[in-house]
Amino acid sequence: MDFNALGVCFTTPACVVTQATSGLIVGMLLFLVAAGLTLIFGVLKIVNFAHGTFYMLGGYVAYSAYAATDSYALAVLAGAVAMALFGVLFERVLMSRVYGSNVLMQLLVCYAVVLIFDDIVKSVWGPEFRAMGMPAAFQVPPLFIAGGVVPPFYAVLIGIAALIAMVLSLGLSRTRLGKTVRAAAVNPQMVSALGVNTTVLFAIVFAIGGGLAGLAGALAGPVRSLSPGMGFSILIEGFIVTVIGGMGSIAGAMVAALVIGLVRGFGTIGFPGFTDGLIYIVMIGILVLRPQGLFGRPL
Amino acid sequence: MNRNPALRDALFAAIVLILVLAIPMLHRSPAFEDFIIRLSAMALFATSLNLLVGNTGMVSFGHGMFYGFAAYAFGLTMQLTELSLPVAALFAVALTTIAAFVVGAMCVRLSTDYFAFITLAVQMLFFSVIVSWQSLTGGDQGLRGGIPRRHILGFDLGSQLHLYQFCAIVAVLGLLALRHVSMSPFGNTLRMVRDNAERASFVGIVLWRARLLAFTIAGGFAGIGGVLAALFVSGAYPELADWPNSGQAIFAVMLGGINSFLGPVLGAMILLALNDLVQRFTEYHGLVLGVVILAFALGLRRGVLDFIHLVWSKRAR
Repeated sequence: MDFNALGVCFTTPACVVTQATSGLIVGMLLFLVAAGLTLIFGVLKIVNFAHGTFYMLGGYVAYSAYAATDSYALAVLAGAVAMALFGVLFERVLMSRVYGSNVLMQLLVCYAVVLIFDDIVKSVWGPEFRAMGMPAAFQVPPLFIAGGVVPPFYAVLIGIAALIAMVLSLGLSRTRLGKTVRAAAVNPQMVSALGVNTTVLFAIVFAIGGGLAGLAGALAGPVRSLSPGMGFSILIEGFIVTVIGGMGSIAGAMVAALVIGLVRGFGTIGFPGFTDGLIYIVMIGILVLRPQGLFGRPL
Repeated sequence: MNRNPALRDALFAAIVLILVLAIPMLHRSPAFEDFIIRLSAMALFATSLNLLVGNTGMVSFGHGMFYGFAAYAFGLTMQLTELSLPVAALFAVALTTIAAFVVGAMCVRLSTDYFAFITLAVQMLFFSVIVSWQSLTGGDQGLRGGIPRRHILGFDLGSQLHLYQFCAIVAVLGLLALRHVSMSPFGNTLRMVRDNAERASFVGIVLWRARLLAFTIAGGFAGIGGVLAALFVSGAYPELADWPNSGQAIFAVMLGGINSFLGPVLGAMILLALNDLVQRFTEYHGLVLGVVILAFALGLRRGVLDFIHLVWSKRAR
């Protein structure tokens, strides 16, 4: 523990900006993953343990698409769309068969998918770490804000995630589909009785969740390396975010993702080697004080 | 049915124990003995988890922390003090039970999903403490230097045969004790809490107290498994307390069947055998394991023993 370094960092604007932006991109990627998790849980009451696999596959699909087309925009789109389709497939073929059964049965199915696709990725792309590299469009000198270094890609990434958050919350509160989704979260039988095809609705929810995770994976490509185990670590953090924010709450996911991102960003200075532990302590503290999470409905 | 179920269980356990102990006298197979040693640790681990999952309806994702905790407590006690093996083992299990009590006191009031996550979080916290506290635990290299003074009541646990016998005896006795807990009035209380918590609290059961006791007992028995694991690997590794290890126990429970006492033991057997077998033939053992798990989950929709029970009772009707 190095409180001295942390104190020095907080008093130098350059350090604050650098750590805050690196924390923010972690937070934003986490938000994209957690938003899908929390949406799926909110509507279907299913904890999707295979969500990290969507993220991983999204990253790899984008990697290959980028190598093939040399266009990063296309690569991101490919990652997101492919994972939206994969989400539907996953829901229809596997998860829909274990609706209503034991939580552990759902966990088992998800974990099987995780195992299978980790190995498929290993056999297709190889077990070693892969780096997508910074796309040419972003290979420009970094921005300097108050003396802190901010690579332009970071700014774009944060912007995209913020935009998605806005679209998601407006879509949920204003559009017909969003209202149906929220209604289904409260009472799916009633929604179904009112003539909404909930089978399609559930598939759409999985498509959105999968698409968001795929997008996150594709966006993470240039800043993080790709490896077959990457889905698992993001899954755990995604869970932490959804649980802290309150399961089913998009706004909560946003706040919690930012908290975790910033704890990570500044934790590397104050508690090098123990940032993970720090995050678990935050989660345990919040769960003990407020079991339903920051924005969750009281249990 | 039988007039004295406790006696029947004890008889069954004795027969199994005699059979297992007799095998090496007829035929020595290092691979088989290895398997039984690992199985005895895993069986205790999974069955203690099932006291929570199947019996009480508490899905803990962090059970591995007690398994790992006991392994480290035992290994460190043996290395740092002059205590003899049985004393150190008892001390490690007692310490683990206390740890389970403390963690349980924090967690048991939360409802199902949140309980699962908070146990996971506490385990991950424990895992990161192990990894970052290098001076004590050896960090991600694990606790090295082996376990000294491996003698107990004339058994020399350095020899594989003696370790095999010791593990088999401990595992069978441990499972018998767990069976006793599960069949006791307290076990019935736990089943009632699982099936209808509201009704249970109406008839005067203090829910958190029953759950906390179950959590503590389960943690203690997982600790016994952890001590066996530490003896087998001759040390302790962070992986013992990591998420995938808790996952293994959950799969063992699910594969074998949560409503049968011996389900987790069978599940542990299937899982270990599957791991060994698949690893021998392909490097993509996750792929094969995943397909097998899918077949179980979507085909049987329940653990093997539960499935057999279901078919049996249907035929009887």
